Amino acid sequence: MSLAEKILSAHADRRKVSPGEFVSVRVDLVLANDITAPIAIREFRKIGVKKVFDPKRIVMVPDHFTPNKDIASAEQAKMMREFCYEQGVIHFEIGQMGIEHVLLPEQGLVLPGDVVIGADSHTCTYGALGAFATGMGSTDIAAAMATGYIWMKVPPTIKLVYHGSLGKWVGGKDLILYTIGKIGVDGALYSSMEFTGGAIDSLSMDGRFTMANMAIEAGAKAGIFRVDNKTQLYIKSRAERSYRVYEPDNDAEYTRIIDYDVSDIEPQVALPHSPANAKSISQLGDIEIDQALIGSCTNGRLEDLRLAAHILRGRKVHSRVRCIVIPGSQQVYLDALTAGLIEIFIRAGVAVSTPTCGPCLGGHMGVLASGERCVSTTNRNFVGRMGSPQSEVYLANPAVAAASAIAGKIISPDEL
Amino acid sequence: MITVICGKEKGGHRLKLKGKVHKYGANVDTDAIIPARYLNVSEPKELAKHCMEDIDKDFVKKAKSGDVIMATTNFGCGSSREHAPLAIKAAGISCVIARTFARIFFRNAINIGLPLFECAEAVDNTENGDVLEIDLSSGRIKNLTRKMEFAAKPYPDFMAELISANGLIEYTKRVLAERRI
Repeated sequence: MSLAEKILSAHADRRKVSPGEFVSVRVDLVLANDITAPIAIREFRKIGVKKVFDPKRIVMVPDHFTPNKDIASAEQAKMMREFCYEQGVIHFEIGQMGIEHVLLPEQGLVLPGDVVIGADSHTCTYGALGAFATGMGSTDIAAAMATGYIWMKVPPTIKLVYHGSLGKWVGGKDLILYTIGKIGVDGALYSSMEFTGGAIDSLSMDGRFTMANMAIEAGAKAGIFRVDNKTQLYIKSRAERSYRVYEPDNDAEYTRIIDYDVSDIEPQVALPHSPANAKSISQLGDIEIDQALIGSCTNGRLEDLRLAAHILRGRKVHSRVRCIVIPGSQQVYLDALTAGLIEIFIRAGVAVSTPTCGPCLGGHMGVLASGERCVSTTNRNFVGRMGSPQSEVYLANPAVAAASAIAGKIISPDEL
Repeated sequence: MITVICGKEKGGHRLKLKGKVHKYGANVDTDAIIPARYLNVSEPKELAKHCMEDIDKDFVKKAKSGDVIMATTNFGCGSSREHAPLAIKAAGISCVIARTFARIFFRNAINIGLPLFECAEAVDNTENGDVLEIDLSSGRIKNLTRKMEFAAKPYPDFMAELISANGLIEYTKRVLAERRI
């Protein structure tokens, strides 16, 4: 069995599961946010149970339109908060919260071998920890909150093997954009992606979170990494419950095995309006920008901020450009502050924000006007994603976003 | 495998519907179906006012009750927002036909009772504005404009069970009731 099949069979109390089978799976953690929780709560009430199955295994994070951007958003956050108080469900208030997929691993709430479902498509981020984590809708979350179980169709697995060592400005973001550029936005539809190979072994945990985060942009149900020493080190100080590490079998069946030699790849930029429009940065030509956004569940972790600060140190953001940095959590913010990164940003002319998903989905804190262009470390560049349907989003890694903020156009850090 | 039985009316009568096709291409994402800037509310009727706005700004004006959305591949990709099928349903759309659907959208639509059909043949032989007649219980799709008939891919047994229970909430009630016995 593949890694996904191993985890799902254990949670379905089955010795073996096969792709295509429908199974009822025990969930270790259930997640919702200020946009998806209101519908989940409404549907939960219809089921007629008084209590959730286990309040310590349900987390609700107000992160999308918070700190509340308008009255309607405030009402949604309020409804979610009141439900959490009533049920004893874990809730991170403003001041403690972070972007859910940065926050939950950091707080030790997700551990290897877990099955996690979240009413947010980027729930697949936790695959970096060797968990089977997948996004679902609000009604699925309502059912899981009532029962502690969810139905799943066991996905087939695609194995992706990354050979070689990564170039200077190349990281997890570039690997996943490169991959989606090759296989397309439905290249892993309904499948689990299993990421392996020498380049993956050398990738940091933050880089792995970035890759797993964007598995959904290839249509995948999950994107999973094997647990190694780096994972164990990350978990060690955080885990407060027991967990189990699963390994894929040697004779696991894969629908495809894809090999990439990534030694020579350049930083990748995905052009509007699809994450699959990935190009090597040297092929771009001159693309002027109005905004550079560094943050999100994809690239809002400490390593990302370090990289951006490394480039911005002693330099100035271009006078025509708004550069916005959003630390992914209060802890990331504090660590960045202690490390002096925040001062570097402010001296460079960067606007630093409290954690929020905000601009990534055109909510607030950096929405684009018509004709405007943003280079962004986020995960989606669909039409209208960051504001006006006539605006454009270019997806890139934090080093490229920072260098571009300085140059006023999309460039490689090498060109500074 | 059993045949499609979604959209059954109360009392279990077969439900046929007729509607005009609004046809789109590949990878219609959930930001196109309902832009995130409108997600500060979750009432379906409010969401429906902005359905497809960024890729087809007249959609809401054009769509008549019973009409059909058709697309090629990976319809509903992107976010997990259930607001997407809720907006489509509240805009009066009776069902969505595509070659393939993104997986979260597929689950969400089934869970909230928006019928979906995977039928490559129908997609290949239907143009924008054609009129279709669809038998929701059998998955037979007739293109009345072109006088052709197609059969949608049947649902797997488990999904058919979910649909016949009238969606996931009712199914969950049943599961919980059985647990208590």
